[in-house]
Amino acid sequence: MPTGTMTDGGLSGTSGTGARLRRRPGRRMQVAALLAPAMLLYLVFVLVPVGLAAWYSLFKWNGIGPLEEFVGLGNYRRALGDDVFRGAVLHNAIFVVLSLVVQFPLTLGLALLLDRRIPGRPVLRLVLFTPYVLSEVITAIAWLLILQPDGLLDAALDALGLGGLIRLWLADQDLVLYTLFGVATWKYLGFGIILFLAGLRNVPEEVKEAATLDGASAGQIVRHVTVPLLGPTIRIWAFLSVIGSLQLFDLVWIMTEGGPSNASTTMATYLIDHGFQRYEFGFGSAAATLLFLISFVVALAYQRWVLRRDLIGVPAGRVG
Amino acid sequence: MDDGALTDRPPTGPSPDSVPDPSAGSQSQLGSRSLPWSGRRRRRRRRSDPAAVPAFVLAVAVAALTLVPVIYVVLGGFTSTAQLAEDPVGMPDPWMTGNYGSVLSSARFWRQLGNSLLIALLATGLVVAVGSLAAFAVSRYVFRGRELVYTVFTLGLLFPVGVAILPLYLMLRELHLLDNPLGVAVPQAAFSIPVTIVVLRPFMAAVPNELEDAAAIDGCSGFAFFWRILLPLSRPALTTVSVLAFVTSWNAYLLPLLVLNDEQQHTLPLGTAMFSTQYTQDTARVLAFTALSMVPALVFFVLAERRIVGGLTGAVKG
Repeated sequence: MPTGTMTDGGLSGTSGTGARLRRRPGRRMQVAALLAPAMLLYLVFVLVPVGLAAWYSLFKWNGIGPLEEFVGLGNYRRALGDDVFRGAVLHNAIFVVLSLVVQFPLTLGLALLLDRRIPGRPVLRLVLFTPYVLSEVITAIAWLLILQPDGLLDAALDALGLGGLIRLWLADQDLVLYTLFGVATWKYLGFGIILFLAGLRNVPEEVKEAATLDGASAGQIVRHVTVPLLGPTIRIWAFLSVIGSLQLFDLVWIMTEGGPSNASTTMATYLIDHGFQRYEFGFGSAAATLLFLISFVVALAYQRWVLRRDLIGVPAGRVG
Repeated sequence: MDDGALTDRPPTGPSPDSVPDPSAGSQSQLGSRSLPWSGRRRRRRRRSDPAAVPAFVLAVAVAALTLVPVIYVVLGGFTSTAQLAEDPVGMPDPWMTGNYGSVLSSARFWRQLGNSLLIALLATGLVVAVGSLAAFAVSRYVFRGRELVYTVFTLGLLFPVGVAILPLYLMLRELHLLDNPLGVAVPQAAFSIPVTIVVLRPFMAAVPNELEDAAAIDGCSGFAFFWRILLPLSRPALTTVSVLAFVTSWNAYLLPLLVLNDEQQHTLPLGTAMFSTQYTQDTARVLAFTALSMVPALVFFVLAERRIVGGLTGAVKG
C-alpha cells in the first residue's frame, strides 16, 4: 500500500511543520477551530448517546415519562438471566466462530485464486465484490424469496436430483442461523477477498520464487510464506469479521426478526426488539451497553494481544 | 483453497537445478530464446501457470454462484408470480415488462430515490466538510493531545449505530428531527467521521513540508494553505471518503427505519422493505422493485469501483 509508506514518512515530517507553527500566535485557536465542528458532531451524535445508553440502563423507563424509577443493575441482571439474551450472545458467538473457521479459508482460497494470472480477472473481481455494495435490505429480500419454500433454491435442488436436501431454510429452528450465515457469507466474502488481494500485492514475488527454488510445494508456499507475510491483513480482516459478527442486525431483522422462536436473535435485534417494540428503553439500553462492552473488550483484547505487533513503529493508528 | 489444483510435492523433492514446475521447462526455453535476461525469464515462467485452467474454472464457478441471486432478481422481475411459482428456475416466458413498468411509473419509487439521494448527499457533504478540517488539524499540526484526539475519533469505528440508537432516537425526538431528512443525515455524518479521518490523515500528512513552506512564503498559510493547496491535492482521498460515506448512507436501514415514520420521507431501502411486506403474495413485483433499487448502487459501484476498493483497503491498511 503506497499510503502505508506515506504515513510513516509524512507524519514524522510534520513535526518540523509543527515546530514552525508552534511559534505562530493563535495556533491553538486554529487547531481548536479546525477540530471543533467534527468534535461537536461526533460528541453529540456518537459519544453522548453511547454514554446516555449506559445511564438509561440503570432505570426502568418507557422512553416517554420522567426518568425516575432507578433500578441499579437490575436491568443487567434481568438481561443476563434471560434465556433469550443468552441465546442471542450464543448466536453472535457462533457467527464469530463460523466466520473465522469457514469464511477465512474460503476468502483466502479465492483471493489466492484471483491473484493468479487468469483471464478475465478484473471482471471476476468485480463480480465477487458486487454483493458487498448491495444494501442489506436488498440482500435480505432477494434471499428471502430465493429461500422461500418452493423458491429458487428448492427448485434448483430438485432439478439437480437433490430434492432430499430441501429444508425449511428459514423456519427450521436448528437451521436458521446457518442459513443466515450462508447469506452473510455471500454478502461479505467479496470484501474479504478485496482486502486479501491488496495484502497479496505486498508479498514479494522473490520470496515465493526462492521458496520454489528450494523445493517448496505450492501448498507449502501458501502455508509457510504467503500466510505469514499476509499476517497483518489477516489479523485486520479477522478483527473486522469479529466486530461485524457481534453487531449483526439488518440481515437478521429483515429476514427473520430473530425467529422462529428466537432461534436467530442477536444482541442487536434483542435490544431493538425490547427498546422499540416493547418500549423498554431502560432495559434495551442495558442490552445495548452489554453489546458495546462485549465489542469493546473483544476489540481491546484483540489490539492488546493480536494487533500489537502490527502497530509497533507505526505512528498513526492503523487499526481499522 | 486451490492447493488441490496444484502439484503438491514432498519437501524432499527436486534438486535445485530441476525445475519444480512441470510445464515451466518448455516455457523457460521459450523465454530464454526471446528474452535472455534471467529476470525477465523468471517473470515469463511465472506467467505460465499450470493450474491456470482449473483456477479459472473454479473462479468462474464461484463468480457465477455469486451472481445467481442478482440475476434471479433481475429476471424474476420480467416474469409473473404465477410463472415463478410454476418454474422458479426457468427463464421468463413470455418476457413481461409490466412489473418494471408499474414500478417505474409509480411516484413512490422516484420519491424514495430522491429522498435517499438527498439524505446521502447531505450526510456526505457534512462529513467531508467537518472531517477534512479535523484531518487537517491532526495531520499537519503538532499539538498536545493530538494522538489522544485521533484515538478518540478512531474509537468511533467500534460503535455501531445500534448501540447508540435508543438515546439517539430520543435526542432526535427532542430536537424535532424525526421525519426530517436531517435527522438521518446528521447522525450518519457523525458516524462516518472516524473512517473519514482515518483515511484522510495519512494522505494529508504525506504532502511534503516544502510545499507548505513555499506556500507560506507566498503568503498562503493556515486555512489558505488547506483550502488552496491541501484540499486539491487530497482529491483522491476525498473521493474515497465521499464514496464510503455516500454508500453507507445510501444502504442504511436501521436509522431511517426509526427516524422516518412518514411514508413520504422513506428512503429506498425502507421503501424496498415495505414494498416486499406489502406485496408478499406478488413475488415477481417485489423482484422488479428490488431489481430497480439495485440499479443506482450498481451503477455507482461500477463508476466508483476503484475508489470504493481503494478506500476500504486504504482505510484498513493506510
